[in-house]
Amino acid sequence: MERVLDAIKGKAEQTEIFEVSTQIVPVHFEANRLKQIQSKEITSVALRIFKDGRVGFAFGRGVDDVKNLIDMAVETAPFGPSANFEFPSLSDYPDVAVFDSEIPILTMEQMVELGKQLIAKVREHTPELLCDVEVTKGVSSVHLVNSQGGEARWDKSLFSINLEGVLMKGTDMLFVGDSDSSCRFFTDIDILANRIITQLELAKSKAATSTKQLPIIFTPRGVASVLLAPLMLAFSGKAVLEGTSWLKGKLGERVFDSKLTIRDDATLPYRPGSCPCDGEGIPSQRIPLIAKGEVANFLYDLQTAALSAKKSTGSGRRSGDRPPAPNISSVVIEAGEDRFEDMVKDMKEGLIVEQLMGAEQGNLLSGDFSGNVLLGYKVANGNIVGRVKDTMVSGNVYQVLKEIIGVGNEARWVDGIFLVPHLYCPRLSVVTRT
Amino acid sequence: MREQFTDILSKYNADYVEIRFEQNQTTQISYRGGKLEEVSRTCSSGGNIRALVKGGWGFACFNSADKLDDYVELAVKQAKLACGEGFTLPSKEPVMDIVEVLVKDNAADTPLVKKKQLFDEYNDIMLTSPQIQDSRIGYQDVNRKVIFANSEGSYIEQDKPDLTLRVTAIARRNGEIQQAGLSLGSVGDFSAIENLHDEVKEVAKRAAALLHAPQVKGDEYTVVLDPIIAGVFAHEAFGHLSEADFVYQNEPLQQVMVLGKRFGGKHLNIVDDATITGLRGSYRYDDEGMPATKTYLIHEGVLVGRLHSRETAARMGEKPTGNARAINYLFPPIVRMTNTFIEPGGTSFEEMLGEIKDGVYVRDWYGGTTSLEMFTFSAGEAYMIRDGKLAELLRPVVLTGNVFVTLGNIDAIGNDLGMNQGGGCGKGGQSPLPVSNGSPHIRIRHCVIGGR
Repeated sequence: MERVLDAIKGKAEQTEIFEVSTQIVPVHFEANRLKQIQSKEITSVALRIFKDGRVGFAFGRGVDDVKNLIDMAVETAPFGPSANFEFPSLSDYPDVAVFDSEIPILTMEQMVELGKQLIAKVREHTPELLCDVEVTKGVSSVHLVNSQGGEARWDKSLFSINLEGVLMKGTDMLFVGDSDSSCRFFTDIDILANRIITQLELAKSKAATSTKQLPIIFTPRGVASVLLAPLMLAFSGKAVLEGTSWLKGKLGERVFDSKLTIRDDATLPYRPGSCPCDGEGIPSQRIPLIAKGEVANFLYDLQTAALSAKKSTGSGRRSGDRPPAPNISSVVIEAGEDRFEDMVKDMKEGLIVEQLMGAEQGNLLSGDFSGNVLLGYKVANGNIVGRVKDTMVSGNVYQVLKEIIGVGNEARWVDGIFLVPHLYCPRLSVVTRT
Repeated sequence: MREQFTDILSKYNADYVEIRFEQNQTTQISYRGGKLEEVSRTCSSGGNIRALVKGGWGFACFNSADKLDDYVELAVKQAKLACGEGFTLPSKEPVMDIVEVLVKDNAADTPLVKKKQLFDEYNDIMLTSPQIQDSRIGYQDVNRKVIFANSEGSYIEQDKPDLTLRVTAIARRNGEIQQAGLSLGSVGDFSAIENLHDEVKEVAKRAAALLHAPQVKGDEYTVVLDPIIAGVFAHEAFGHLSEADFVYQNEPLQQVMVLGKRFGGKHLNIVDDATITGLRGSYRYDDEGMPATKTYLIHEGVLVGRLHSRETAARMGEKPTGNARAINYLFPPIVRMTNTFIEPGGTSFEEMLGEIKDGVYVRDWYGGTTSLEMFTFSAGEAYMIRDGKLAELLRPVVLTGNVFVTLGNIDAIGNDLGMNQGGGCGKGGQSPLPVSNGSPHIRIRHCVIGGR
């Protein structure tokens, strides 16, 4: 890195180098059998410069040629945005635990064993289930340096297990699945296995529903994929600045149900979204997004903050070969007081939605969504009576979250980055084949 | 380089070993918030070794080829750990070839100034249109050179240039936000995305018009699909189901996907063809060094073929089709589509509409996805059809259905094939892979549309 800083001297006003070395080992099981073991050793360097008052950016993966990288950044600078901010000088970072020394020494054999155990446990319940499982470990070293004296360096580990199962009867397919991930090694696969067994159990029989407005309980997975993913786009300071966020101009307003409190938290120990600082060297923080239904904050990186006359919230996240942009770390919906069982009991007729297929394809900016129930259950007179199929659920995220009947009393991690409870919503449009 | 690879690959005790080495150069340009947001350049070089031992695969991916022997050793060790029931890959005659793709107006050589000039024009057109609040342009060109060699002695060098452009106009009024877009692509040819000023103007008009459009009432409708979204349907609804890696270990699905089984009317023909010149899904050899083919999936309504890697073909006792593709060297090749389309039939668009009393005409796409059995796809533009005529514009709609039922519900196929080059396919964490989809207009009975 020093090499790059030296080589670029005199060619740029400010320079930032972000280097990541990663080793990942994914172990794949296909159709219940161990299929493939992979290893990936990748080093990448992202270079951001200010030249003649503009930002240039280049990214290299496996590239030794420093000169080429600098040339690319210099080439892009005349077309880049105005350099309206400064790279941060050295600062104190919070102590955020994201590394587990057990993970580097974890062997492929141990990972294979865990995968086998998980498949065996789930198939003990349903022998005909075909499981694809991925057990992954990863270790990365991150090093950030800039010309203003800023420097950050941390190691991060990751361990995750993911199961996707399909059960076929004729052309009828049932898809179940779930995952767990953490920066810490874990061997307790029972929680994951039991969640999948519950799905299989609830989906055992089929139930018909009708085309009308119905109350819906979103499970934590349902909340994360259907509601939270589009909602988070609206909290990007960039979307607010551009005017494409539905929440623009609504800071401090009560837009959501007062039972709803959501925060972004990059300081949670051992979460895959956590780190001591963001991709620009700004210390990690806990940022309230919705406080009792009120819009509390938006997420900013350095550039968007400067354009919006705000301060960076430490949300400059890097994804692949892209420059930093405001994004979430871990999102936490505060748990409420309602037990899932009581929500179900309260329903005369309604649905429980675990997964909607295609919900992310709609006009996300407006909050409209519409998806096919890939995994969901019918509730009749307070009882879960079976799985629903051939059914479309549609709504609008902002309308749905404006009025909630209940917030679950237990939150759980979904996809490693969303800590969410069940949400009980009064009415959504349900369309089914007649 | 060829000697070096052959030497290393043949040294180890594995059934099969291959290496892929790759160099990429990418230029990305994005406009957001009404202005040029960023221009970035990326270069990447690296490779992988894939080894097969008794049906188990090892895959070692690296940036630096200095320790090539170590990576081969690692991949073989992984394969041995994963090995199982003693499957062997039928051997194949080695291929030696160098494939250069001649691009008329190579985007990688087009100066940034010229690219910016064009996108500035498109951006201005959108922003000066009534009610357009914001615009987005996402452009990417990739210059990709891939070297492939395997332990059978094959050695192939291929150029794989690619280019995509997505233009989006965003309209906003009283808290309502609507958007409309245009997706295009080419095999690295920059001229393919020039002179689209009229189309871009239409996109802006459409986004503004959506602000005043009503939402469709969720229900079952007779639906007419334009070539773009019908192509997405061919890809999502049937293409993925034809990928043999979903089928070869799934016995119940094998019984559903038996060759010779009827899935649609006699007028239905669905093809995947990687051999057509100038389409984004085309290539000479796939990422296992197998020659590209044209494969009929459905012929006259009957299932006649599926897409294979070397392994799935061998395991199912069918002919390999050359459909193993990897998005880049970070991933192993898996079974993928190339250019997938419904062949044209004989019905004109007017005839198709003429018989519909109450239906929906859908155009363009946001996206599509499939669970194999069920599919959903989102149309960017929709109109009511009343008494055989196009009526009012609707908000974008999401269509869903059961593949097996829906294929049989296609009751008319148009005479106007169109290929869409703007797509990208995602599978197994590898996205977006360059593909193209196409179809003539088609009509589907009893299609569920979500809505309020």
